[in-house]
Amino acid sequence: MAMKSMTGTRVIAGIKRNGVIRELVRNRTLLLMFLPAGVFLFLFNYLPLAGLVIAFKNFDFDKGIFGSDWAKPLLYNFDYLLSSDTAYRAVRNTILLNALFIAVGLVFEVGLALMLNEIRNKYFKRVTQSLTFLPFFISWIVVGVFAYNLMNYESGAINRIVQSLGFQPIDFYSDAPLWPFILTLAVRWKVTGYGTIIYLAALTNIDQSYYEAASIDGASRWQQTRYISIPMLKPTIMILTLLAVGRIMNADFGMFYAMVGDAALLFPTTDVIDTFVYRSLRKSGDIGMASAAGFTQSIVAFVLVLGSNYIARKADKDSAIF
Amino acid sequence: MHLKKLSPGRIAIVTVISLFSLSCLLPFIMVISGSLSVENDIVNHGYELWPRRVTFDSYRILFLGSNRIVDAYGISALVTVAGTLLSLLVTSMAAYAMARRSFRYRNILSIYAIITILFSGGLVPWYIICVRYLELKDTIWAMILPPLANAFNMFLMRNFMMAMPEDLHESAKIDGAGEFRIYARLIIPLAKPVLATIGLFVSLSYWNDWFLGLMFVDKQELQPLQLLLRTLISNVEFLRSSSNAIDMQRIAMQLPTESLKMALTVVTIGPIVFLYPFLQRYFVKGLLVGAVKG
Repeated sequence: MAMKSMTGTRVIAGIKRNGVIRELVRNRTLLLMFLPAGVFLFLFNYLPLAGLVIAFKNFDFDKGIFGSDWAKPLLYNFDYLLSSDTAYRAVRNTILLNALFIAVGLVFEVGLALMLNEIRNKYFKRVTQSLTFLPFFISWIVVGVFAYNLMNYESGAINRIVQSLGFQPIDFYSDAPLWPFILTLAVRWKVTGYGTIIYLAALTNIDQSYYEAASIDGASRWQQTRYISIPMLKPTIMILTLLAVGRIMNADFGMFYAMVGDAALLFPTTDVIDTFVYRSLRKSGDIGMASAAGFTQSIVAFVLVLGSNYIARKADKDSAIF
Repeated sequence: MHLKKLSPGRIAIVTVISLFSLSCLLPFIMVISGSLSVENDIVNHGYELWPRRVTFDSYRILFLGSNRIVDAYGISALVTVAGTLLSLLVTSMAAYAMARRSFRYRNILSIYAIITILFSGGLVPWYIICVRYLELKDTIWAMILPPLANAFNMFLMRNFMMAMPEDLHESAKIDGAGEFRIYARLIIPLAKPVLATIGLFVSLSYWNDWFLGLMFVDKQELQPLQLLLRTLISNVEFLRSSSNAIDMQRIAMQLPTESLKMALTVVTIGPIVFLYPFLQRYFVKGLLVGAVKG
């Protein structure tokens, strides 16, 4: 009995396997068309995944990732990482700065969307939307130039004004406590217009009859905003915030590198995991430390992405990414 | 505008939006003004919104005096054009395979792509793979190949193709066309809107990219424009910070460094501002499509 069913399943499996091959052969053109993308994803995404083992190795460039000896003890790189105050500071800065960016971003983006929604003049709306969206398209390097024009000690526009009012110029590039605010402003300047688009789209999708009914009942514009628009935006706010929280361990390297660069005086408040890993890898050549930090970041990021996506899916099935 | 609409709240809203919009525009004007200013005016009066005396010297030096800037412009243009074309080709072919309903295992291809969104090996292994195994260091390919296949774009395009009627394939099949022919002759012309959207996404990110250059290109003559801009700015900074020697300062004074930096910034953002109407329209479209279902 048992024998029979086993051979039975084997036959079915055999037919299935043949079917698989036939299906693949039949679609060989499609497979070939996918091949280039498949190869690039393999080289630049899958191989680095396998390369995560480097965190447990005593990396030797000549021996390569897989040929290098295992670290002794296996967690040597992690012990080394944990003993570093700089690493601790980078983790703290990453989380705190990202939390600040998310909270302030929410207020700015929802606020601007709600305000733009009140504008009835088509041209004013179009022009202001175009202007606020513009900074999104330039690189952080260029934003860094703009920031420098405003803040540098000698010819910066802000210091010129400060001096003409009879005050001492401010040395922004050596004043670390100022930088969480400066960076928050820079992010807001660059991406508020972009972030507003989805909220504006959500606002235009709200059924106008709610507002009509409310205004018949004598609700003011503010009351309509408070009791119709904001509650209707809540799902979008939730989802976008969740997804942002899922990326809280990943700093925007481009921004930090372009705005702060090598200004070590600013590191106490601006050094984040990504800049720390970059410096360990490219400047000090400390690959063990860099890979242990990167490994930890990858794992935590993965858990956070899955977790936030899980919650997003619970809240609203259509807004999960996968 | 009716008088009734001019409530204090409305005036406040218009004021806030106007100020914010203006703040988004002013840095651009300041840079353009700086690039057209006489160097001494910047040194004496700082960056201003309008040049006191107009000169095109910095642009002249930029394009005639320095091969490196012209080279960097060429590198950036080449990377952008080649990267965008290759990326569109690779992405659209893969998206087509992922979208074909007659292919039973197309979902496996999608899963293969989606995994790359979920998991990331991070900077260190990625860097070592590129440098040690793929030998991309100091090659132009280092700035083109790594971001070539992007799973997000593949899904965006796949979704667009899946929205096309299935009969299209059937009738072409009956006429004896193979899959590649259907893709090239039938689907690509129909997919123009999504190709334009993704093409603009991709070309913008290639043009604005400097991270790949920073990671892989140490050779001066291969530096893209964005990186050159950064180098120029930090070098002048360096010069300034170590300029206690008087003749160092004199060297720094002879070249119109400040207006030159501004001119380089202007030519770096020039193509983007020029293409801005298209960029804006297609980005909004792509963003909303992606938001509906990624």
